[in-house]
Amino acid sequence: MEKTMDLTLKVWRQKSANSTGTFETYGVKDVSEGSSFLEMLDTLSEDLVEKGKEPVAFDHDCREGICGSCSMTINGIPHGPEKATTACQLHMRHFHDGQTITIEPWRAKPFPVIKDLVVDRSPFDRIIQSGGFITSRAGSAVDANAIPINKATADYAMDAAACIGCGACVAACPNASAMLFTGAKASHMNSLPQGKAEKDRRTLAMVTTMDGEGFGGCTNVGECEAACPKSISLDMIAQLNRDYATAQLKNFFKPVA
Amino acid sequence: MALSGLTLVLFVMGHMLGNLQIFLGPDVINAYAYKLHHLLPSSALWAVRLVLLGTIAVHLWAAVTLTLDNRKARPHSYQEDKVVQASYSSRTMRMSGIILLAFIIFHIAHFTVRAVPGMQYESEIESKESGRLEMVKVPLVKNGEVVLKNGHEVTTFNVNDMMVAGFKVWWVSAFYIIATGLLCMHLTHGFSSMFQSVGLRNGLWRKRLDRAAHAYGWVVFLGFAIIPISVMTGLLKMDSTGGLVSQVGETAAITDSFEK
Repeated sequence: MEKTMDLTLKVWRQKSANSTGTFETYGVKDVSEGSSFLEMLDTLSEDLVEKGKEPVAFDHDCREGICGSCSMTINGIPHGPEKATTACQLHMRHFHDGQTITIEPWRAKPFPVIKDLVVDRSPFDRIIQSGGFITSRAGSAVDANAIPINKATADYAMDAAACIGCGACVAACPNASAMLFTGAKASHMNSLPQGKAEKDRRTLAMVTTMDGEGFGGCTNVGECEAACPKSISLDMIAQLNRDYATAQLKNFFKPVA
Repeated sequence: MALSGLTLVLFVMGHMLGNLQIFLGPDVINAYAYKLHHLLPSSALWAVRLVLLGTIAVHLWAAVTLTLDNRKARPHSYQEDKVVQASYSSRTMRMSGIILLAFIIFHIAHFTVRAVPGMQYESEIESKESGRLEMVKVPLVKNGEVVLKNGHEVTTFNVNDMMVAGFKVWWVSAFYIIATGLLCMHLTHGFSSMFQSVGLRNGLWRKRLDRAAHAYGWVVFLGFAIIPISVMTGLLKMDSTGGLVSQVGETAAITDSFEK
């Protein structure tokens, strides 16, 4: 027979962006250990609706760990205690009967709370947008493998592209810095031949946008890497720093954009 | 942060190697101090000092602006906040840095400006009116002989006695050892972190640099801390002749230096 558990949840409730939020404590009973964290929250919401209360709002979409929608800090760690796991892929078997779980939204000035656990992550969209276009041939589709890319480079770019933009790096960082996200997005394009042409311009633009959005500065403590559900490496931050320094140097002598 | 840090990292190693010469005898450390003061014209010496102080100022300014920006980026802190992999040193850079700054101010006041009130600089100062160590000069000794210049004896600060007398005060030694311990912590993060900040690090080198940072931090800590420990345990002693005794023999040296 499948084991079940009773839990106490301390959930951040906030009506709207302008209201002040507070923690509410709820009990959930008979949670299956095979259910996901979000399914557990679904049962809580059903309970609340039955009692005529407002259900807990949280972002979710694919529920298979690839969309980057779910965003909650579970017991002080973004996406919960499991390594390289999104909240939707986090199973309740990692918790125990009678446990109290604290659930909070991402905490960062550029990510204001919209409602309960939902935050506005559009600063990430603006960072990507500022990266701009890549020079590629328009018209009919290019033949596969028309541009030779060695395996190591392709793998590295793929590792960078694995970033789902969930914002856990910002949430985990003691400084609310977005260096891991920006590093992944910039390194993805900067390391591939298709993205080389605009490398310097892209790097400067993305870092400027990132700073302008009000994220904190990186102090190289490495909490982002530990919280990242896609295991994006600190190497991406090192590359961003390297590319940024190079771009600044080039820009000093001859404007790159 | 990284570039100013690099200058300070290198300075710390040079400073430690310089200090360790106290184990080679009072004449060696006194001659070393004399060389530091006279190798360059005083304007160049001041230029070096100002560059070092300026580096600390840049490091401090970068730390303050970074901290203020970071505070602003998280106005609402977490109810529950767990640390997964960040080292204790990396999370306490601000505190270790602030205490180190206080130490550096005290340290310069103590050994460079030589004006810490209440510091007893032991017996030989009692006869001097100012009560400061700067009045105490000893002959510059090289290979067991007093160095002469234009027929006159060259005198220098008795750095050996200044250090020994300073570290005989228990709280000076304690503060010094604690500060160098914090410096060790500060370096275990900073040494490796500066490579990351300028982009010269990857997964493989992160492990190597982290190990190198720990090694560097401990070497610096032990290299500095061994001096007050040696003073407290009596291994290092005062020598009011500035090293003549240990070189030539007691009677001869004292007669010699007094006759001159």
